[in-house]
Amino acid sequence: MNAPTYNFAYLDEQTKRMIRRAILKAIAIPGYQVPFASREMPMPYGWGTGGVQVTAAILGPDDVLKVIDQGSDDTTNAISIRKFFGKTAGVATTTSTTDATVIQTRHRIPEASLHAGQVLVYQVPIPEPLRFLEPRETETRRMHALAEYGLMHVKLYEDIARFGHIATAYAYPVKVNARYLMDPSPTPKFDNPKMDNCAALQLFGAGREKRIYAIPPYTTVVSLDFEDHPFTRYRFDAPCALCGADNSYLDEIVTDDKGGRMFVCSDTDFCEQRQAAGHHGTESAAPHKEKAHV
Amino acid sequence: MYVAVKGGERAIENAHRLLAHERRGDRDVPEVTLAQISEQLALGVDRVMTEGSLYDRELAALAIKQARGDMIEAIFLVRAFRATLPRFGATEPVNTGAMQVRRRISSTFKDVPGGQILGPTFDYTHRLLDPQLAEGFVPEQPMTADASQAATPRVTDILGRDGLIESSPQADSDAAVGDLTREPLSFPADRDLRLQNLARGDEGFLLALGYSTQRGYGRNHPFAGEIRFGEVEVEFSAEDVGFAVPLGSIELTECQMVNQFKGSTTEAPCFTRGYGLAFGQSERKTMSMALVDRALRARELGEEAEAPAQDEEFVMSHSDNVQSTGFVEHLKLPHYVDFQSELGLLRKLRQEFAEANEAVEMQEAAE
Ligand SMILES: [Zn+2]
Repeated sequence: MNAPTYNFAYLDEQTKRMIRRAILKAIAIPGYQVPFASREMPMPYGWGTGGVQVTAAILGPDDVLKVIDQGSDDTTNAISIRKFFGKTAGVATTTSTTDATVIQTRHRIPEASLHAGQVLVYQVPIPEPLRFLEPRETETRRMHALAEYGLMHVKLYEDIARFGHIATAYAYPVKVNARYLMDPSPTPKFDNPKMDNCAALQLFGAGREKRIYAIPPYTTVVSLDFEDHPFTRYRFDAPCALCGADNSYLDEIVTDDKGGRMFVCSDTDFCEQRQAAGHHGTESAAPHKEKAHV
Repeated sequence: MYVAVKGGERAIENAHRLLAHERRGDRDVPEVTLAQISEQLALGVDRVMTEGSLYDRELAALAIKQARGDMIEAIFLVRAFRATLPRFGATEPVNTGAMQVRRRISSTFKDVPGGQILGPTFDYTHRLLDPQLAEGFVPEQPMTADASQAATPRVTDILGRDGLIESSPQADSDAAVGDLTREPLSFPADRDLRLQNLARGDEGFLLALGYSTQRGYGRNHPFAGEIRFGEVEVEFSAEDVGFAVPLGSIELTECQMVNQFKGSTTEAPCFTRGYGLAFGQSERKTMSMALVDRALRARELGEEAEAPAQDEEFVMSHSDNVQSTGFVEHLKLPHYVDFQSELGLLRKLRQEFAEANEAVEMQEAAE
């Protein structure tokens, strides 16, 4: 039986070149979805195969990789992907947002500002922002070509008519470089402003849907809105119970079945850095190392 | 005092260790071997090879064992391995007309050159559980006879000689072979890519779609012109050798459906084709594939395309069970960041709703 052997960062060099070509095209046309010949990866479609392929294609031996899911380095799928690259590429890994050169993420943008030279790789389930308004790819590609985005504005307007607000809480659509309508992946809309004029390169990989798109550094990214209904961020109005931060996105933790709730930073690195710097909240504990919930 | 959830890494390791234990089952029960799976669960192996797009019985058997008999998981394992293999080129088209036939039936003619050969089939068995099979049953040796020297031409070729069925389009032999695992699919897709998509597609999905055409959702009046199963030679033309080199033989099932005729004032009416091909003995798969292939030709044949089975983008985007299962099962991953954002919005809307209702009640009370 053939014992499988794998290349650096798993993918063969030919595949990496194919993906890099797609990435370069994506950077050249900010927000445009570039079709690419997505491979079957050893993790399931929908579990980050697009992000993993982008990361595999750009990773070099000197890179320092951070992987987060829901803002946390310690969620199971983040661990699984980090271990995958630890094993197949042998690169250094970190939980520090500042130290990382490549950050692969699912559903969050780190709280700490990214700096020039960093790459943020998003895992994307449905790259098409118009998909739930128009299921056919043939149609949505035509709409992008003609920059025909009225359908999305009508949807947002209907939200306002029905609910009094734009009823999109995550995967909130943006316009990139004043041209392409783009899905930011299912990040909470709280994170949308971080994409605008960002110093880091932002790459988006959708494996199952076979699309790559990008926001080059310092590109204008605008969340769709109306003059009388401007875009607003949402965060639960409370400080983090662990580090006291009042400007970070919070996870809601259900503490009992009697309505008990607490709110802590979703970005675990951000929260830990703050605690290490002496900030604390109402529930501050000793640095939480592996001591419970195993 | 709250302690954030940690230890995911150890949880994963322990879960995988437990999975390995459960996979083995009761350790007093002998371990199943790959040869046993390959020989005794052969149709399962055939399905994994077909939908996994890799002709390797041993690896397919390993995948079934590793997947604990979960066929889609096994197909996924084979696909992930296949994705890493280098490509040397494409083989010469296999000649199914020259197949070493082990089973061959036609429902359109009582007899055909080369004869009807029932072969190993569940057809006409009575589906009664057989307690003898529980253990130690030694079946009788099969009947044998001298191999027939008669040719077994394809039934559709026989029809084609009289022009009764549309001719099969001949591909340009110098044109590159389409491969949706190497190039991203776009619509409308050519028939070679459609057939590749269907060959890799989930048997259950194609079965349901094929069935739907029989029940009137895109009906195309099919006859099973021919189903044949057997061995064919695979040849590869290496450029530096200058001629086709035999690589070996593989088992295939081919189904050619003969469907409702087309015709116009300028074109004599003739039957139309639906085609199915799969590794091993995969009759249900190839029949379903042939029905759906024909349904997807609606546009090309100038038919109304209104039923799900005729909708190329719908069928091809949802036929792949590795893609489907990944995205359905990804709902198991944490979504609490998005859920929190949605929860915040919902609470706000509910609060505004309650406030608006209160205001109305107060106004009504005041009037
Ligand atoms: Zn915090």
